[in-house]
Order: sequence, then structure tokens, then C-alpha cells
Amino acid sequence: MSVKVPEEKYKKTRSYRFRQWLDGTKDPYLDTVEMKPQEVFQEDEVVVEKRKEEKKEMLRRVYDVEHNAKIRVFRRVYRIVSVLFCISLVFVLLTAVSHMPQFGNADNPVNNEVSERYIESGLQETGAVNIVTGMILDYRAFDTLGESHVLFIATCTVLILLRSDKKKGKDSIADMEANDRIYEPKNDIILQTVARILVPPILIFGIYIILGGHLGPGGGFSGGAVIGAGLILYLNAFGFAKTERFFTAKMYKWMSFGALACYALAKSYSFYTGANHIESVIPLGTPGAILSSGLILLLNICVGIVVAGTMYTFYVMFRKGGY
Amino acid sequence: MEFVQNFPFISIILSLFSGPLSSILDGKKAKRLNLAVITIIGAMSVAVLCFVIRTGEPYVYRMGHFPAPWGNEIRVGVLEGVMAVAFCLIMLLCMLGGIREREVEIETSKQNLYYIMVNLLLSSLLALIYTNDLFTAYVFVEINTISACGLIMIRQNGRTIVAATRYMIMSLLGSGMLLLGICFLYGLTGQLLMSNIQEAVAVLAKTGQYHIPLLVSLGMMSVGLAIKSALFPFHGWLPDAYGYSTVSSAAILSSLVSKGYIFLLVKIFYRVIGFDIVRDSKVINVLFVFGISGMIMGSLDAIRAKDIRRMIAYSSVAQIGYIYMGFGLGTTEGVIASIFHILSHAATKSLLFISASGITDVSGKHKDFFELTGAGYRNKVAGVAFTVGSLSMVGFPLFSGFISKILFAQAAVGHTFKMLPTLIALALSTVLNTVYFLKTVIRIYTPVPKKELEEKNYVTITMKEQPVKSAALICFIVLNLILGLFSQPIVTLIENGLKMFA
Repeated sequence: MSVKVPEEKYKKTRSYRFRQWLDGTKDPYLDTVEMKPQEVFQEDEVVVEKRKEEKKEMLRRVYDVEHNAKIRVFRRVYRIVSVLFCISLVFVLLTAVSHMPQFGNADNPVNNEVSERYIESGLQETGAVNIVTGMILDYRAFDTLGESHVLFIATCTVLILLRSDKKKGKDSIADMEANDRIYEPKNDIILQTVARILVPPILIFGIYIILGGHLGPGGGFSGGAVIGAGLILYLNAFGFAKTERFFTAKMYKWMSFGALACYALAKSYSFYTGANHIESVIPLGTPGAILSSGLILLLNICVGIVVAGTMYTFYVMFRKGGY
Repeated sequence: MEFVQNFPFISIILSLFSGPLSSILDGKKAKRLNLAVITIIGAMSVAVLCFVIRTGEPYVYRMGHFPAPWGNEIRVGVLEGVMAVAFCLIMLLCMLGGIREREVEIETSKQNLYYIMVNLLLSSLLALIYTNDLFTAYVFVEINTISACGLIMIRQNGRTIVAATRYMIMSLLGSGMLLLGICFLYGLTGQLLMSNIQEAVAVLAKTGQYHIPLLVSLGMMSVGLAIKSALFPFHGWLPDAYGYSTVSSAAILSSLVSKGYIFLLVKIFYRVIGFDIVRDSKVINVLFVFGISGMIMGSLDAIRAKDIRRMIAYSSVAQIGYIYMGFGLGTTEGVIASIFHILSHAATKSLLFISASGITDVSGKHKDFFELTGAGYRNKVAGVAFTVGSLSMVGFPLFSGFISKILFAQAAVGHTFKMLPTLIALALSTVLNTVYFLKTVIRIYTPVPKKELEEKNYVTITMKEQPVKSAALICFIVLNLILGLFSQPIVTLIENGLKMFA
């Protein structure tokens, strides 16, 4: 049998405080922490109507939808044709795959002298215990050079699209802070505590993956992604003011330039000496040691820097449009 | 090994390196760096071309300490040299011709990003030209695609964003198909080096083993590259992308980016698969049909266009159709004609884009035809240049377009089934070209009463006011005349190049 407790008494109970904490209205330990629940997205009907009208008007002005016979026919035909096209493409691909050499068969054309040499003499020739790293950063380093520039140019394209270059005064910084908080709770104590514990190991683990790329599974691409994720977590927990103390747009610019220039110069040296049959002076070292396998360690570090910077920059651009 | 032989490798690395370098410079310095890099690479390409012509045989350059099927390599012949020289020259002129527009249309703080795109685009084009490895080609196709997107959307208004999105979706579809084709081919042959794949494919074709996957792979690669170079049914992204981007971008995209993919396709046909097998596979018949329909439909769309930039863009669809029709003929003559048309179209289309921007400048930035009336008198150089470009596209003797048309016609003669359609399509498309190009030329040379001009406040631009652009236009005109008047040595070069290409 339950007795109705007076409200003042109820407010002192643990269950009430638990409920408050659950709703996010009050923190039992730190009252000052701002825990602003996200506002429900609501829109005026007038605004919605206006937007729809504007879209219609735009389509009418750009494509002249009412009088454009081409678009009318296209819209009608499109659904049927696209389905037919996809089905036929699937059919063609499945047929082709079913006629391919059986997967995993030892006599497949893929198991030829190319992979044989990678596997059998990869260690002696590149000095890397991890054959895959030896392959992508020594045998076929030109491809990887291109690949790291793909990442670089992807970042530059995102910068073109999203970077807002308006002059930043003092007011605008405050505005930006406010704007940034609409969707992300600020100074979330749980997130901050967890981040404080997790971020250092994540960064160290990323560095370990990069540095051990030639000794075991890992390398610049995966390690860089881990470091990038760690930086993003840190940014989420502590906000832009803290990350910008050590990671700014200028810093990113110089870092990626340094890494890519270093990669290009190092590889130019080995391409040039290789093509002109000049003996390279870079020692391979003892396989298994951290300082071994020639340029691979350096290249892994360069790739790692580029990848980490790319991930972090993508996140920042999509969230705020500038450092 | 002579030092000249290092130049292809140095030019790829130099342009690759200048990309990140531009990111730490400001716009002005990046512009100077970009012009210098293109000029240096152009000079180096000329040296390489001379070297290859002198020795008379192609050479292989090893990228690193490991020989080819294990490491990467590039291969340089006459055709590669010709392409590299032409691409550098045209890119330089495109960049010079659009300096003023770029300064106005691109945000000051983003100027240097534009030059990053252009530098990396140049390096990817060079790598596509020189590489002897199918996967390296794919990596640089990626760079090419992304930088082209950047070139389109750097002038930020709504339409360029839409155009860039559309371009990205279509182009990535093409990349995906190309990659899938390469994967199939790798599964069948176990090789990525072009010459080794050819040996393996020749064996497969003889025994008839894996016939279907081979065909699918060839089809995938052809269609993928056809999408990326805007062959007729896949050209939906093209008019917006060329019509609204800043003028240098439009010129570079139409004359170089699409041509890089087409050159890769030639490489796949000749060096990866082997042209005989391609001819027997009937894939080229599909390209032939697409090409011919592109020639007609592109011209029809161009006639309907009300905006001069979009008209020139649609004309590109027709011209790309010509190139694929040449491949579709399935003869060496046809391919020679196509390669000549790659050069001729690259020189002419960029001339048209830049002169069109000169014409719209003196018509209050309007691009509608009606506003252009009499613009040829207000900006004399642009008017003359546009006329030259139009005549060349129509196929008027003296200019480069005439030579490519006559080469196509010669290649078609004697073909059992394809002669008649080719000749009819050539004639029809020439007539259609004449309709829309001469319509514009007549329009820009129709005098307008002075009073009306003053009312509309249209300016007159002399050569002295825009020296760089005028010089670029004059260079383009000269280039067109060279291609038109001294075509025989160039055709011979292409012929020799194609012989040592396979």
C-alpha cells in the first residue's frame, strides 16, 4: 500500500534526484554544468510554405519545368528505365563473376611470379617484415604517392566548398560559439572525463600503428585514421578554444605541405637512383628493428600526418566551416 | 641513360609537388608558380619529344629500384610526347586567357586553392599520358576527377554547386566502372602492367577461355571512360559544368580533362587489350553508334541553346562524338583521325570559350544571344578569335577542324558497313554546326545603332586593355592555323607514335 508523500519530502528522495538527472534538468554533483537538452526542431508552416514556393519558383526559372517537354518525358521514362538498367547491370555482373576463375584456387592467374616475388623476397628487398607495407611503400610507391595526394586534394576541395572566409571580429567569435552549441552540448562532464582518459591512449596507439607499420599490421593510413579520430573526440569534449591552441589552419597547412614534400622528395630520390641504376645509399637495416627498411618508416609517418590532418579537417569543415 | 629521359618523371613529380607548395603560398605567388611550372614542364616535354623522335623508339623508365611487373614504370613514345606538349601548351594558354575572370569570380582567400587544383590536374594528366601501369592510371584518374570538381565549384553560385554535384556523381560512376573493369582484368590475367596484360589477354583470346568476363571488363572500362569524357547518352552533366564555371575551368575541362580520359582509352585499346581483340569484341560498334548519335544530338541541342556558353558546351558533345566515331571505325586510320581531332578540338574549344568570355565582357556580362549583337566590333580580338574557332569547328579549310573532318572521311571510305553512316553523319553534323556557329558569328557582326549602345552602357575593349587575354587568343589562332596548314607532319607523327604505342 502506497502512501502519498508530500511534495517537499519527495524532492529530497533519491528517486526524484535520479529522475532529474535522467531528464538532464539538473546534475546531482555539479549544479553549474550546462546540460542543455537539444531543442525539438520546429518550423513555422508559413516558412515551410515559403520554402516550397521558392523551390518551385527556382525550378521554373532555371529549367522552365512547365514548358520543358524534355524534363516531362524524362521524369516519366526515368523510373522504368533506371530499374531495368540496374537489373540488367546486376545480371551482367553476376554472369561475369560466375565465369571468373574460382576464388582461392591455387592455379588462378593471380598466383603468378608477381605475388611470388613479393612474398618470397619481399623481406630481403625492402627490409619490411610486413609485406603489404613493403609492397605499397617500396615496390609500388608511385601509386601510394598518388594516393596520398588524392587525400590532400580531397581536403582542398572541401575547403573550397565549406570554408567561410568572412572577416572574424570579436563578436563573430561569440556568435560562432553560440551557434556551435545549438547541436552539441558544451562542457559535458561525462564526455570530458571519458575523453581525458581515452584520448592519450588513442593518440599513442595511433602513433604506435604508424611507427610499427613495417613490423606488423598497420601503417600510415590506419594509424593516421586513429589519430584523427582521437583529435575529433578531444575537439568534441573540450571545444575549439582548446584544440586551436595546438592545431590551427596554418599548422595543418604546413604539416600537410611538409609531409607531402618530404614524401615527394624521398621518393624522387629513390625513383631517380633506381631508374638511373645508381646504388641507393639508404641502408635497409636489420629486419624487425624499429629503425629498419629504408625509407618506409619515414613515408609511413608522412602518410600518417596527411591522413590524420585530412580526417580532422573534414570534421572541422563540416561542423564549423573554419578553424 | 641520357638525362633527357628523366624529364617525364621530373615533370610528374614537379607538378605534384607544386600542388602542396601552392597551399602555403598566397594567391598571387601561387599563380606565378603555376605559370612557371606549366612552362617548365612544357619545355621539358618538348625536349622529351625531340629525344624520342631522334631515337625513333619508345623507352621505359623504371620508377624505383624494382623492375616492372613488381614496381611501377612509365613508358615514353612519340605519341605520349606529342600529347604532353599539346596539353601543356593549351593549359598555359587557358590559364593566361582567364586571369581577369579568375580574379573577379574567385574569392581572394581561395585563389591559391584554384592553383592547387590546376597543378595536380596537370600532374594527373601527365601521369595518365605516360603511365604503363593500369592501377597507377586509376589512382591518377581519381586525382583528375576530384580536381575537376574543384575547378567547377570554385566559382560559387548555386548553379556551379549543382553542376559540380552532378559531375561528381556521374564521374564517380565512371570511375567505379573503370575500377571494376580493372579488377576483372586483374583477376583474369594476374597482371597490372599494361604490356603483360596484353600478352595474357592474347593467350586468353586464342583459347577462348574466360570470354565473358573479358568482354564485360572491356565494356566496363570503355563505358566508364565514356561517361567521364561525356559521350552522348552520358553527357547530362556537361552543359552546366562547362556553362557556369569560370572561363579557365571551362576551357581546361573541355579541352584537357575529357581528352585525358580518351587518351587512357586509346591506351587500353592498344596497349592493354590489343586493338585486334577490341575490334573483334564488337564493343567499338556500340561506341560507334553512341558517337554518331552524339554528333547529331549534340548539335541539335546546341542549336536550341539560348546561352552562348551552353551552346559551346553542347558543341563539345558533338565533337566528343566525332572522336568516338573514329574509334568505332575499328581501323588505324580512324584512330589516327580521332587523335588528331583530340588535338584540334582541344585547341579550338578552349579558343571558343575564352573568346566567348571576351564577347560577353563587352555585352554587359549577358550571355543571351540577343545581347551579343555587334559585340565583334566592340572587342575586335575576341570577335576574330570566335570567328576563327567557329570556322574551324564547322570545318572550313585553312583551320584544324577541316583536317580532322577530311581524315575521318578518308578513314571511313572503303569500310563495308560503316562508310555510309559515317559520311552521312559527317555531312549532317557539318550542316548543323554551320547553323549554330555562323548564326552566332553573324550575330556578333551585326551593327547596332550607337544610341542603343549608349543606352545599354556597353563598353568597348581594345587589345591594349587586356593584353594577356588578347595574346592568348592570338596564340590560339596561330595554333589553329598551324594544325590546319601543317597537318601532314603532325599526322605522320601521330602515325609513327601509334606504331610504337602498342
